[in-house]
Amino acid sequence: MKHTISVLVENKSGVLARIATLFAARGYNIDSLAVGETDDPTISRMTIVVNGDEKILEQVEKQLNKLIDVIKLNDFLNIEHIERDLVLIKVKADKNTRNEILQIVDIFRAKIIDVSVNTVIIEMTGDEDKIQAILNMLKPFGIKEVARTGIIAIARGA
Amino acid sequence: MLKTGAEIFAESLLKENVKVVFGIPGGQVLPIFDKIYDYRNKIRFVLTRHEQGAGHMADGYARSTGEVGVCLVTSGPGATNLTTALATANMDSIPMVAFTGQVATSLIGNDAFQEADTTGITRPVTKHNFLVKDVKELAKTIHEAFYIAKTGRQGPVLVDIPVDIQRAVTEFEYPETVDIRSYKPVYTGHAGQIKKAAELINSAKQPLLYVGGGIISSNASLELLKLAEKIHTPVTTTLLAIGCFPPNHPLNLYMPGMHGNYAANLAFQNCDLIIAIGARFDDRVTGKLTAFAPKAKIIHIDIDPTSISKNVFVNIPVVGDAKSIITELLKYVKKKNNKEWLKKISEWQKTNPFSYKKDSKLRPQYVIDKISQITKGEAIVVTEVGQNQMWAAQYYKPKFPRHFLSSGGLGTMGYGFPAAIGAKIANPKKIVIDIAGDGSIQMNIQELATAVLNNINVKIVILNNACLGMVRQWQELFYKRRYSAVCLSKPDGCLAMDASAKRPAAMIPDFVKLAESYGAVGIRITKKEDVESTLINALKIDKTVIMDFIVEEEENVLPMVPAGSALDEIITSLA
Ligand SMILES: Cc1ncc(C[n+]2csc(CCOP(=O)(O)OP(=O)(O)O)c2C)c(N)n1
Repeated sequence: MKHTISVLVENKSGVLARIATLFAARGYNIDSLAVGETDDPTISRMTIVVNGDEKILEQVEKQLNKLIDVIKLNDFLNIEHIERDLVLIKVKADKNTRNEILQIVDIFRAKIIDVSVNTVIIEMTGDEDKIQAILNMLKPFGIKEVARTGIIAIARGA
Repeated sequence: MLKTGAEIFAESLLKENVKVVFGIPGGQVLPIFDKIYDYRNKIRFVLTRHEQGAGHMADGYARSTGEVGVCLVTSGPGATNLTTALATANMDSIPMVAFTGQVATSLIGNDAFQEADTTGITRPVTKHNFLVKDVKELAKTIHEAFYIAKTGRQGPVLVDIPVDIQRAVTEFEYPETVDIRSYKPVYTGHAGQIKKAAELINSAKQPLLYVGGGIISSNASLELLKLAEKIHTPVTTTLLAIGCFPPNHPLNLYMPGMHGNYAANLAFQNCDLIIAIGARFDDRVTGKLTAFAPKAKIIHIDIDPTSISKNVFVNIPVVGDAKSIITELLKYVKKKNNKEWLKKISEWQKTNPFSYKKDSKLRPQYVIDKISQITKGEAIVVTEVGQNQMWAAQYYKPKFPRHFLSSGGLGTMGYGFPAAIGAKIANPKKIVIDIAGDGSIQMNIQELATAVLNNINVKIVILNNACLGMVRQWQELFYKRRYSAVCLSKPDGCLAMDASAKRPAAMIPDFVKLAESYGAVGIRITKKEDVESTLINALKIDKTVIMDFIVEEEENVLPMVPAGSALDEIITSLA
């Protein structure tokens, strides 16, 4: 099962390594990991998406909680929350295809943020499904590069 | 007043009431060592011969007292040499603070001379670690390091101090209190859970107390005794808990597990309730997990929530400190009489107690039996790893907690002797004995110099079987007696250890001469009848003494639950 885990940590060097080591030591692959400062500059939020054995994950979450630098951990599995991922896609685009690509970008409410003679760069935010969908639509034109932030998430309501 | 980082270091240790520091200097800790010189009348510095030795000494100091053990080494190789000792302490939850020098902050990451990524290397083998990047943070960091080491589930903490920080100056102010927002250990157990646990205990017919090192860390031996007697429940003590329950008490089932007491293992398999306290269901205790304690419900009391439901399903978890939870529990449990259950257990105990052949041969178990009798279980016994460790666990019967020290989780050969030195320094009036194999003792034998030069009177008992006995035993039992690289007395690692290829005339090393070359006393014992008198005499000598007992080479540790077998598939004798 896919889990989105949100971890508030001390904004210090070495914290990322501590967290990554916990997953690595148990052979757990991290699907995505996004880190950024919160409104309090001494605290960072890490959003970690993982997929794998539930029992091991339960253990990893306990271990994470035990780390001295971890302030709070939330597994969003059964919590209503919003997830967003930002993606930059560089697609081949020339005179003949540019219009068609523009239409796709419009439908997805994405944005073109850079244009060159034979490529465009598209920026889009969304959840996993929406990002997969636009990538599928753009594939026939030739995707040159994709960069993603990884999912960030926040619980709904109070 | 302005102080240098090195002075702040020394002053902070005084604030933490540190009396002894173990270690070795080097280029990147010279400013601190210059202060060690100034503070030599307030803080004793013990110069060891290897950083691993320093780490284990701090560990032995901590295990035997409950106080935080402290060591100080240089950067790079000093720090890497320390890692085994950190891992050993980490596995057994021993409170320690290790300080390491580091290259100057401006050079970190440059592959500078004697640079190692110490915090990176030690991260998985410490409870926590710090790299100090600003002298203003130093005092606070040291205070936090001690606090983290000795609170919650205890463990080793490392503080890496770059050499320029040691020289930098700032106002010294030792913070009164520690407040780490992300670290709030829980001590008192959840009242509802405790009541539920009590109900389960009150209705159990065949309960078993399974206790580990947590009882010792939390100094809860007395409370445990009260609980066991009130609910009339037998107690099995893991390797790390030996000594927390009185020997020869009718409820004492001694050590469980792979080389554990037959009755303790059968008690697991037949009980209807396990009350686990400060123990972690290690695979050396449970045997084959799927067949472990098939009829039992489990109450698990532990300070570390990650230990709970890690290996076995737990019906009632209670997170918190053993002492406080047992005290609470005592209010809700009813006085019980489990006569039937205890009768069954004493049958098992009678049919298969720990035993060995009582013939004329010099058997290793006999040596430990005698040590236990002569010292009345009042000596601090430290062990190495292997057969010697298991025999010590089976036959030494310490009267008190903190009188049996052994590397349980990591199983570190070479732990015993330096840990014994640390324990002796902390308990100068106690007899301290390291029970060793001829393999393990060679892993930190260099500390003989530390012991002799500082008049640290520890006794080393070598159960010399001329081989890496525990590995040999496995090869005998599970690899058709194909002895591969286990013989310590012949050039090719002796592929055959048969009678025709007995020990060569010259012993390498000759432990008696070795002892003498260090200025210690060396005694060789080859006959059973000399064991008792030698021990009695050696204990009277106020010097470091090595006793080299030439024991039966192919003696096996029994009983034994083969790896992967269930606890009731225990082998009590070999054909
Ligand atoms: C540092 C280290 N290396 C290797 C081992 C694996 N090992 C476990 S027991 C053992 C043999 C110990 O031999 P010895 O010290 O002579 O004790 P004995 O078993 O003969 O009593 C070995 C090699 C270990 N536990 N620790």
